[in-house]
Amino acid sequence: MSEKVKAPKEPLFSKKNKRLVVEPLDDNNPVTIQVLGICSALAITVSIEQALVMTGSVLFVLGAGNMIISMLRNLIPSRIRIIVQLVVVASLVIIVNEVLKAFMPDVAEKLSVFVGLIITNCIIMGRFEAFAMANKPWPSLLDAIGNTVGYGVILVLVSVFREIFGSGKFFGITLFGDRIEGTGAYSVGYMDNNFIILAPFALFAVGIIIWIQRARNTKLIEEH
Amino acid sequence: MAINKDSNGYTFIFAIALVVVVGAGLAAISIGLKPFQDKNVEIKKKMDILSAINAKEINGSDTLDISRKNAEKLYEKHILVDECVVIGSDGKERDLEAFDVDIKKQYRDKNLSWCDRDYPLYVAEVDGAKKYIIPVVGSGLWGPIWGYIAVDDDKETIYGATFDHKTETPGLGAEIKQEFYYTQYVGEKISGGIKSVKDGTGKEVGNGKVDGITGGTITSKGVEEMVNRTLEVYVKYFKG
Repeated sequence: MSEKVKAPKEPLFSKKNKRLVVEPLDDNNPVTIQVLGICSALAITVSIEQALVMTGSVLFVLGAGNMIISMLRNLIPSRIRIIVQLVVVASLVIIVNEVLKAFMPDVAEKLSVFVGLIITNCIIMGRFEAFAMANKPWPSLLDAIGNTVGYGVILVLVSVFREIFGSGKFFGITLFGDRIEGTGAYSVGYMDNNFIILAPFALFAVGIIIWIQRARNTKLIEEH
Repeated sequence: MAINKDSNGYTFIFAIALVVVVGAGLAAISIGLKPFQDKNVEIKKKMDILSAINAKEINGSDTLDISRKNAEKLYEKHILVDECVVIGSDGKERDLEAFDVDIKKQYRDKNLSWCDRDYPLYVAEVDGAKKYIIPVVGSGLWGPIWGYIAVDDDKETIYGATFDHKTETPGLGAEIKQEFYYTQYVGEKISGGIKSVKDGTGKEVGNGKVDGITGGTITSKGVEEMVNRTLEVYVKYFKG
């Protein structure tokens, strides 16, 4: 899709298309507003690196998947559309898994089953069914990018907090001295909060993010 | 298009075409990436073997731990590939390549009795002295456990050990991976066997006894069983 080609009806980055990318970042965030993809937000936000790799993997799966589904949308028989979507996600996830195993074995080992569990990430099937089945490939790709970035932002926010206060590290670099040898801040009684490393804490962190977001952006608050 | 997309025929054709395309594509990718993945598995195995002798890369004044980057180099430096052997349960040598024996697979194979299994022995050289590295495999509480035990050149004293597991409980059985646990094996004798004890005071430990993991009794017993069952074969070989 080269930009030199005169767009027949609407430009590549029309207002509508831009909205597809921007909206999921805040007003329609897949994690904090739609509350999708929570399972992975709990599981892999212990370190920033894992959060980023997960976001990258989801970007690939959702981006490619949305495009494929969108291109096939007029061919897919509606009776088996969910199965077709599932086949597409599953194949893309297998590709991600195989590539990680071949070229990033350490990361693959750490993410272990969570890569396979991208299949169950509700954001993906949700976008396939809600957007890609009814829109052209280009808007579908933008929608995928928007939603993945919206998802990734939350993952990174949570993981930054959890890595710093749970493991005393930032991107794998120790911040407060050596925990085992008791140097730096540890020598004066500082301790990492082990609770932060556990999955339930991520739920609190996501909850707090939702709280802050709604306090700032009052149009998100539902009428009662 | 005049095709009725809701007809059974179209649905079937679409489903079959999709499966064929996806299947072929995934098969091609899997075959294409296999060599890279096999290489990674091989490097991981070398890292595990080297960790039993606690090999380090010395680069000027820096001492680097074993990593994927230096595993191949360290393996070449420390392991005497020509002297590595495979023995049988009778303590006799078998004509096999030590590195190619997959003891985990043999352990899982229920049709293969323990006396038919192959027992690889890696020979390493550390600071001019020979070390013998024995791979062990067994069962923990939830799944497989394995490890490597390095024996000094007197073929009796344990020089280093390392254990790993697949699915033991974090904080309990999974602690066999930790340094405090496996360093207990260093200095023990292989011919007398190792006993796992429950000792809160630390007084009983030593002389063939190691302190098991609190709350990880079944895993500790699994390690005990795995170590003793395997070492017996090698003791026979060393004496013979």
